[in-house]
Amino acid sequence: MKPRSPIVLEARDLTKVYTRGSEQVAAVDGVSLQVRRGEFVAFVGPSGSGKTTLINLLGCLDNPTSGTLALGGRIVFGDGKNISETRLTRIRRQTFGYIFQKFYLVPTLTVIENVMLPFAFYRKEGSVRDPLEVLRFLGLEKRINHRPGELSGGEMQRVAIARALVNNPDIILADEPTGNLDSARSREIGQILRDLNEEDGRTILLVTHNPNLACIAQRVVELRDGKIAPPARRARARPAQGKKPKK
Amino acid sequence: MISIYQVAYKNLLRKKTRSALTVIGIALSAWVLVSLLGFNRGYENALNKDIDNMGFQVLVAAKGCPYEAATLMLKGGTGLRYMKQSVVGEILKHPEVEKVTPMLMAAVFDPNKGEEGGISGYLGVDPATFPAMKSFLKFKQGRWFTDTDAREAVIGYEAAELEQREVGDTLLIPEKNVELKVVGILSRSGTQDDGTIFVPLAALQKIFDKKGELTGVGIKVDKRANMAALEQKLYDLPDVQVVSLAQVKQTIMSLVSTAKVMVLSIALIAILIAMVGVINTILMSVYERFQEIGILKSMGAMPRDVFRMIWVETVILCLLGGGLGIGLGLGLSKLTDVLIRRLLPYTPTGGLIQINGRLTLLTVAAIVVIGLVSGLYPAWRASRVRPLESIRAEGE
Repeated sequence: MKPRSPIVLEARDLTKVYTRGSEQVAAVDGVSLQVRRGEFVAFVGPSGSGKTTLINLLGCLDNPTSGTLALGGRIVFGDGKNISETRLTRIRRQTFGYIFQKFYLVPTLTVIENVMLPFAFYRKEGSVRDPLEVLRFLGLEKRINHRPGELSGGEMQRVAIARALVNNPDIILADEPTGNLDSARSREIGQILRDLNEEDGRTILLVTHNPNLACIAQRVVELRDGKIAPPARRARARPAQGKKPKK
Repeated sequence: MISIYQVAYKNLLRKKTRSALTVIGIALSAWVLVSLLGFNRGYENALNKDIDNMGFQVLVAAKGCPYEAATLMLKGGTGLRYMKQSVVGEILKHPEVEKVTPMLMAAVFDPNKGEEGGISGYLGVDPATFPAMKSFLKFKQGRWFTDTDAREAVIGYEAAELEQREVGDTLLIPEKNVELKVVGILSRSGTQDDGTIFVPLAALQKIFDKKGELTGVGIKVDKRANMAALEQKLYDLPDVQVVSLAQVKQTIMSLVSTAKVMVLSIALIAILIAMVGVINTILMSVYERFQEIGILKSMGAMPRDVFRMIWVETVILCLLGGGLGIGLGLGLSKLTDVLIRRLLPYTPTGGLIQINGRLTLLTVAAIVVIGLVSGLYPAWRASRVRPLESIRAEGE
């Protein structure tokens, strides 16, 4: 961990309750945590442990039932009040880049067009990244004019990562990014996330089932029944370090 | 750079068949719409022209007999009423009158006509004034008679076919046992003249023993004159009836406007069908792309961006379909014209389908409005998709 880095994300007593029939289920139950700039945090846990719900709350994709969430010191969710979709969108696009299990590339657009797609809606003032440079960084420079249908799964996920990067997000949220990939491609994506964290200094929040992927994070948070489990697994996480040679 | 418009356009390429079918649906509606509107205009214009082609705008007839032909058919030629030829001079005294032509309608029962016999009608006209007033009548063969006493006839196109006569043949008036020499056959004019047998006035008066008598006087009114005022003055003449073609025209036009309402209702139905088709297509594609739209939102698309994107898709479909439909309407207007002519009992001459720039613009505007309205719900629905929906579908 980098203790001197500023806190970019802070959750306090974050709770999300779903109503299923007459039953109330707390998918996330009073989670408090801090994430500092440049940290790589992996959320692990069995199915139903609430890790995706938590990352959705942290990524402002969902309103919490109660609790507080602050981004860069500014409170987003405070008193259980719901925030309008428009305001949430504004917060999200300034802060986050999302990577999902499914890639959701637009099949009729080329690789480069897919990567530039976020610009159709939003251009972060002064700090966008050159899509070509991002694609080069991800080793896709020869594929820019291909359509998603002509790519392998690993390549498609790299395109999706490039798309998440062009608006230069402060925090990357990756929800099971290797869920649809074989182990070799998974390693590849893991390496990219690690490079983004170490070389780019980007903050990464990762949800995964895959223990090999989780262990590239600096910090592993295990969830059980919507709560953070005692830090038994932290030993498996890699220690914080400086730059490493690529691959 | 990539824009929302490009994305919308490329989205439509995803299901090419579906987009194409929707475009065809809209095109057919636009075709129907532009053809119907064009027909409305063309029909009205053509009717107007036909009425103007009658040559005279006011007809003075003996009282009790406003419609010679109708009387002829109903009463077998015995009910015709006559007025004195001197009335022509009286009419000419009015300054509004430009030209006058006296006419005598005569009819006999022809036992050889059809299966049970029928009425043969003759119209006595003045060779000095009648041809000038009806200058639009063209000859297929021959010419007008020149002498008002000559035992000659000019036959309308359809009458000539019915009687099977050519120039040089003779035509017998039954009962009277008088033979007329056919000197001219008219080309088709699309008016009632097609079915008329024209005979020099004085000769017809002699044959039917109606010397100095007329059944009607056609009047061409000076264009600048007040027709209604003239009609009032003509009523001062003894025992006459004034039939103004302005009235006839009005009656016909009110019939036309009834037809117009019907035509527009059909157009409205066509539009509704197109709208339902468009809504269905766009809504389907929105439902199919629910998750993708969610991802667009996670990328920073505002609800209004998504709304606009879906709306643009709808408008693109409608513009393509509208353009194609108007093209069809213009390209096939001749064909439509032929089809309509077969369906209608009476069709005026001249182009029935008249599509002009204004109508085209009107149709384009209508189609765009259809697109905008049809796109509203699907676009609204898409704009409400939350990014979470797309992620939740993956399960935890």
